[in-house]
Amino acid sequence: MDLRFTEEEVAFRKEVRDFIRQNLPAKTRERLRLGYSPTKQDIVDWQRILNRKGWATYKWPKEYGGTDWSPTQRMIFQEENQLGHAPEVNGFNITMIGPVIIQFGTPEQKARILPRAANLDDWWCQGFSEPGSGSDLASLKTAAKQVGDHYIVNGQKIWTSTAHMADWCFALVRTNPNARKPQEGISFLLIDMKSPGITVRPIISIDNSHHLNEVFFDDVKVPVANRVYEENKGWDVAKFLLGNERTGIARLGKSMERINYARELAREVRQNGRPLIEDAGFRSRVAKLQVQAKALELTQLRVVSKAASASDGKPDPFSSVLKIKGTELLQDTAELVMDIAGPLAMPDWAKELDSLNREAGDNEPRIGPDWAGYAAPPYLMLRAASIYGGTNEIQKNILNKAILRL
Amino acid sequence: MDFDLTEDQRLLNDSIARLLADRYAFDARRGYIKSAQGWSQEMWDKYAELGLLGLPFSEDYGGFGGNAVDVMMVMEAFGKNLVLEPYLATVVLGGTAIRLAGTEAQKGDLLPRIVDGSLKLAFAHSEQQARYDLSDVMTTATKDGAGWVLEGAKSVVFHGDCADTLVVSARTAGDRMDPAGLTLFLVPATTPGVARRGYAMRDGTRAAEISLSGVKLGADAVLGTVGKAMGTIEHVTQAGIAAMAAEAVGACEAAHDMTLEYLRTRVQFGRPIGQNQVLQHKAADMLIEVEQARSMAMLAAMMVDESDAAERARNISMAKVGVGQSGRFVTQTAVQLHGGIGMTEEYAVGHYFRRVMAFEHVWGDSAYHLGLLADQVA
Repeated sequence: MDLRFTEEEVAFRKEVRDFIRQNLPAKTRERLRLGYSPTKQDIVDWQRILNRKGWATYKWPKEYGGTDWSPTQRMIFQEENQLGHAPEVNGFNITMIGPVIIQFGTPEQKARILPRAANLDDWWCQGFSEPGSGSDLASLKTAAKQVGDHYIVNGQKIWTSTAHMADWCFALVRTNPNARKPQEGISFLLIDMKSPGITVRPIISIDNSHHLNEVFFDDVKVPVANRVYEENKGWDVAKFLLGNERTGIARLGKSMERINYARELAREVRQNGRPLIEDAGFRSRVAKLQVQAKALELTQLRVVSKAASASDGKPDPFSSVLKIKGTELLQDTAELVMDIAGPLAMPDWAKELDSLNREAGDNEPRIGPDWAGYAAPPYLMLRAASIYGGTNEIQKNILNKAILRL
Repeated sequence: MDFDLTEDQRLLNDSIARLLADRYAFDARRGYIKSAQGWSQEMWDKYAELGLLGLPFSEDYGGFGGNAVDVMMVMEAFGKNLVLEPYLATVVLGGTAIRLAGTEAQKGDLLPRIVDGSLKLAFAHSEQQARYDLSDVMTTATKDGAGWVLEGAKSVVFHGDCADTLVVSARTAGDRMDPAGLTLFLVPATTPGVARRGYAMRDGTRAAEISLSGVKLGADAVLGTVGKAMGTIEHVTQAGIAAMAAEAVGACEAAHDMTLEYLRTRVQFGRPIGQNQVLQHKAADMLIEVEQARSMAMLAAMMVDESDAAERARNISMAKVGVGQSGRFVTQTAVQLHGGIGMTEEYAVGHYFRRVMAFEHVWGDSAYHLGLLADQVA
């Protein structure tokens, strides 16, 4: 047993760190450092920079333009991106549709989809959840009926992140309403978001931002050639997709970066006449988060090193531990940063200004320092972290089913 | 990075598990507790036979050249079975003190006798007024010709009642709270002036209050450098924390397993209570905390031999907080999910609960170490 990184891994970390420092656009770095979400352009630009380097598709197999990085290297890469204030690559493209097409796609689908997904020429979104099908995803009702060489899709998806900026949607649809089990009548379709009959309606989140959407399908024609894998076997594809690469799910680098940021801010902010960082309660809170981050780091390394030696490629149920602990830590660190801002976290800047994007000549004074204005939205938005990707309660059900077996 | 055990470690693990499964059933353990010394000499001999007592010592002294990871494995198995014998006191605490600070002559004399089971040690450092402050020592050692005379009292000394030799800290210079001026002494328990009052702890293990009154020692009783023992004392307690953290993980794991078994078999309202999702989620929370604690115990084990003292101290503190908090949660929840039976003396789950409680109350509890870490936040 040896918990130290090898010399090669240390060198790799430095290579990644240097690359990010030299190539990440300054504006993007500053936006993320202040806690703001990257814009679509930030993500597209960065993913293309990475793609030129051959790193955007780092999780794909080498023969599809990926890397042959070990699970530990992948973890380091992700962590360095987060620590270096770089946007994460578009997960719908890189960790979802890409691996699905590689695993299940036809040669024609591979050639058509993979290069464009890698370079973010197409932005993908995920059409899974429906109003009546959240945690119980297999009960979904959006129907696809085959007519000639097309499916006609009717129904509604909800909580569709970035649908309003997406070119394509991978969706689960019901092709057999009479199947013995609900899981057995589902197919996996690739839907062009420009197809007639699609309506995208925004859902504004509690941070006043627009990430989520409802997507309505009204007699939308989808070529049968855009079905992935066999008809009525879409659930197998979905299971593969949801189980794929779950070790990065903790987003630990992000939490570590937020703890560092909080310390930085607390050295400047004063409370009761002295820097907040000298306050015993505050220090104790930071120390506690540092301990939690350390424990999660070790647990993540254990899961990653198990993945390195496992050959079956099956998802490790322990990744549910990472999901639960990782999202709790993300929420707690965002809460810490917001609390440092105090009352200045409360004025809502969303409609007023975004200092990094604002129009030239807009000289409206800001309310408090920039960072304080960006402090609340991540706290608000990250309440979703324990809801999406399988709620943390569902993760506990998974742990029970796979490990506890009660 | 590598989390795997070596083939040797796996084999050893299996032998310990077999031995304890055979000889350390809960009822057998109750018998050991009731015996006069409160633990089993026969088991002690078995540990010697298996090589456990020589695990962390170099081959030069008859040991097996192992490291803190080997000790971690042993302690985890001991935690699962609530082992009572003076392994921590002798091999980990006393053994580390001698390994770190002993002269060749002292090591050559003492370590082989630890290895063969004939020498039991205790680490007599903490005093009643000191709480968790390692530098708070009132026991004094004054020069007496070439030798020394010890005066003072030591408190809650693990297995201090059965130890053949005590490793005693005393002040040879400085004020009560001064980290400088401390010296370690090897004190045979039969030395005139040493009085011991042995007792059982809340978790069933043994400890002693030790008074030292005009205890005359030769110059060769000094362990390490006069006046410079603080580094060794810290390092010994860190090795102790790492070992007990692993033991606590073993205890938590066992308490969790027992709880799962109970949830599967206890029937209420016509079905096993484990079919209730609220209890399933509690059991999942326990699993998460067991694994987080295990990660921290591994960290502690890896850090025991870290040469950078500040780095070592910081990581050991993190592990103490992590295992302490997870351990409290897991064992408290284990009692809760058992209901009434979890409250009874005759049922094992409450004993795991108390062993983890003992871990929290030695060398700084979670709040104490969190305070140390908080002091470093900048």
